Amino acid sequence: MRDVAVIGVGMQKWGELWEKSLRDIFTEAAVLAIDDAGVDRIDSMYVGCMSSGLFVGQEHLGSLLADYLGVAPIPALRVESACASGGAAFRQAFFDVASGANDIVLAGGVEKMTDVDGGGATYALSTAADAEYEVYHGVTFPGLYAMMAMAHMHAHGTTREQLAHVSVKNHRNGAKNPRAQYPFEITVEQVLNSIMIADPLTILDCSPITDGAAAAILCPLEMAGELSDKPPVKVLASAHATDSIALHSRDDLAWLGAVEKAGEVAYKMAGLTPSDIDFAEVHDCFTIAEICVIEALGFFEKGKGGVGAESGETAAGGRIPVNPSGGLKSKGHPVGATGVAQIVETVEQLRGESGGRQVEGAEIGMTENMGGTGGSCVVHILAKA
Amino acid sequence: MAGIIGYGAYMPRNRIKVEEIAKIWGADAPSYKRGLMLREKSVPSPDQDVITMSVEATKHALTRAGVDPAKIGAVYVGSESHPYAVKPSGTVLAEAIGATPEVHCADFEFACKAGSEAMFVCMGLVDGGKIEYGLAVGADTSQGAPGDALEYSAAAGAAAFIIGRDPGVANVVETYAYMTDTPDFWRREHMHYPRHAGRFTGEPAYFKHIMGCAEGLMEKVGMGPSDFAYAVFHQPNGKFPMRVGKMLGFTKEQIEPGWLSPTLGNTYSGSSPMGLTATLDVSKPGDKILMVSYGSGAGSDGFVYEVTDRIDEVRNAAPGTRELLESNINYIDYGTYAKYRRKIRMGE
Amino acid sequence: MSTSARYWRSMPQRYRLEAAKCTGCGMQHFPPRIVCRGCGGREFEAVKLGDRGKLLTYTVIRVGPSEFCDETPYAMGIAELPGGVRVTAQIADCEFDELKVGMPVKIEFRKIREEGEAGILCYGYKFVPER
Repeated sequence: MRDVAVIGVGMQKWGELWEKSLRDIFTEAAVLAIDDAGVDRIDSMYVGCMSSGLFVGQEHLGSLLADYLGVAPIPALRVESACASGGAAFRQAFFDVASGANDIVLAGGVEKMTDVDGGGATYALSTAADAEYEVYHGVTFPGLYAMMAMAHMHAHGTTREQLAHVSVKNHRNGAKNPRAQYPFEITVEQVLNSIMIADPLTILDCSPITDGAAAAILCPLEMAGELSDKPPVKVLASAHATDSIALHSRDDLAWLGAVEKAGEVAYKMAGLTPSDIDFAEVHDCFTIAEICVIEALGFFEKGKGGVGAESGETAAGGRIPVNPSGGLKSKGHPVGATGVAQIVETVEQLRGESGGRQVEGAEIGMTENMGGTGGSCVVHILAKA
Repeated sequence: MAGIIGYGAYMPRNRIKVEEIAKIWGADAPSYKRGLMLREKSVPSPDQDVITMSVEATKHALTRAGVDPAKIGAVYVGSESHPYAVKPSGTVLAEAIGATPEVHCADFEFACKAGSEAMFVCMGLVDGGKIEYGLAVGADTSQGAPGDALEYSAAAGAAAFIIGRDPGVANVVETYAYMTDTPDFWRREHMHYPRHAGRFTGEPAYFKHIMGCAEGLMEKVGMGPSDFAYAVFHQPNGKFPMRVGKMLGFTKEQIEPGWLSPTLGNTYSGSSPMGLTATLDVSKPGDKILMVSYGSGAGSDGFVYEVTDRIDEVRNAAPGTRELLESNINYIDYGTYAKYRRKIRMGE
Repeated sequence: MSTSARYWRSMPQRYRLEAAKCTGCGMQHFPPRIVCRGCGGREFEAVKLGDRGKLLTYTVIRVGPSEFCDETPYAMGIAELPGGVRVTAQIADCEFDELKVGMPVKIEFRKIREEGEAGILCYGYKFVPER
């Protein structure tokens, strides 16, 4: 397999983009990435999107978006793995290049979530869980993660304050991100006293509903210099693992096995260990998710993610900065785009372009993108080439 | 001879007191409590209906009966609040307990005597050798119109009986039916709440039919009130069953074990059937029990049961009716009651 | 959204908790499957899950899907039944502050949802605290 580099990235400011449609949002981000790379063609395209069908009644995104980007007749494919669709799309693009099949490949992600009302969005998101044996009974996504949190709190003594620290940290980072949906700080008290959605998670423990897209341009590392004058970022590892779709099928309700597995495969592929990672963009769809992920990726011992979140070790300047972009909580979570936005942040950090959010001495970054309650997980490791 | 092989009851845990309802309508609670001899009634949660209560009552009946559900040849649910207007409650019940597909099923209705009808028909089929076992359930989640007298008493509950040949818990000695066209209480198609004819629902309706049925039945079997250990009458409130029992010559003590309405309310098609399950819970081998139901419109079904030795074996195999009535209670206010009973107009 | 066929097909599970046990490794599957999750085996025997279990975790849903507005807020939990099967369901008839990990629960037949005002009624299992 050839070595693969990322030579361009792009995303617009995320939020409730009432005036832009799904096709507008995607095309905007794709053009930003293409311009950032400075390439004049792309050979193939992968688009991560969880459910354009349920949100805007549109399938067949490969055709639609290749058309709107003006790149037909190149092969273009929508990739789906619930909230890990973006990471999965990036992974497909990686293999497209690594295999030698194509040279300049666009990996994008998009979700347009505000054309349906709250109930419609909740329903669409719920399709990432077990429709027959979880959703049928009335469980929501916050409810599933809340049960994960209860199990974690019972097994490891994690507290609501520790969960709140995740949101507070991510907002502090996101306040410095001009493209974030909610670029402002919040406090632990605010998190604890906000509306309870599903005990113990309040609305400030939960990532928002967002419209947005992100895109990245990949090419063989050996071609990076001639195609672009941006410092290339090399993809050291790409990994993907699955776990049972239903939370109740997991042996340990407070452990994310798919994250552990994907992390293992990625570390092995890159020849690295957790202590080699300088920063990570992880899937904080809910505060408890970040806590479980940082344990499963090996940054903290099992059960110590809460303590870790409270300690400042994952904050800017800490031992292992997590979600310097502001994470899903502050940046927003247009489901299919999130995985690619994690790549955007990681590439910019490795290039030294992150301004007030810059992780000092960033050389190796990790992205972790997750579907459902951990039914799927995609992990990438990127490094300065 | 057919007999009751197993029996079981079920009621929701929610209760609302007469005072809570009276407060909203500016009514005098003590008068209602005295007049109706009723203090509180059961209220179903939004996830409970005739079908769910029938399943749970039937599970208790099956535990007492020790019968393989696949052998049940008929499943009949009697109610005036079937969840579907077209699709028998019995279809879901039969499937839930594993009695399908080789089973006869139909829903019964006749105001508050729909449950006893189901029992009556099962007994006939068993006696005629058409089925080995029958399941008869009386269950309701009926409502009274807001502010109407019936709102204080319309309650929810279920009783289930497995009927079969000897040896049973109580043999069916005799049955009797008495009915006329009497428009005392009715509900027209598509109307939400029933209507009633006020005081006409008393003497010409409830009392006439229960008396007519009880006297006809006792004459048929050649027995008098003193031959019975217990008597169970339809209980639309606390007062009527006591009064009709006295008029027929029964004592308070004979009626009390099955007298649930003061704290349960009127469970309509479950009313006398639940009175029977509560009575069976305290009965002894050899006891004779008279049961007379009443359904507006109007009619009464009468039964004479004789309790067998088996009662001592099965009585405690499942929860007793009084135990269910008196434990695990959750008092609710009128707002919660209105929300549960869908009296609040929700958004489209 | 439950259509008739989809709901009807799962009645043995929703009504009677019918499960399957792999004859190879003994793992129980609810609902039954074609391939054993434990050993990849293809042979199963029919088993019925018991009606008592232990709560492994729970939550209280305070912002719920619109179909459940009558019941919101409601408790949900994951309970383990004998044989190792875990099941997700609402916890009915409970006080929220009595809920505890490890609490014994039993299974009751309840109405789970209605397909609008005129659609089918969908039934299934819920947990009830064992008192």
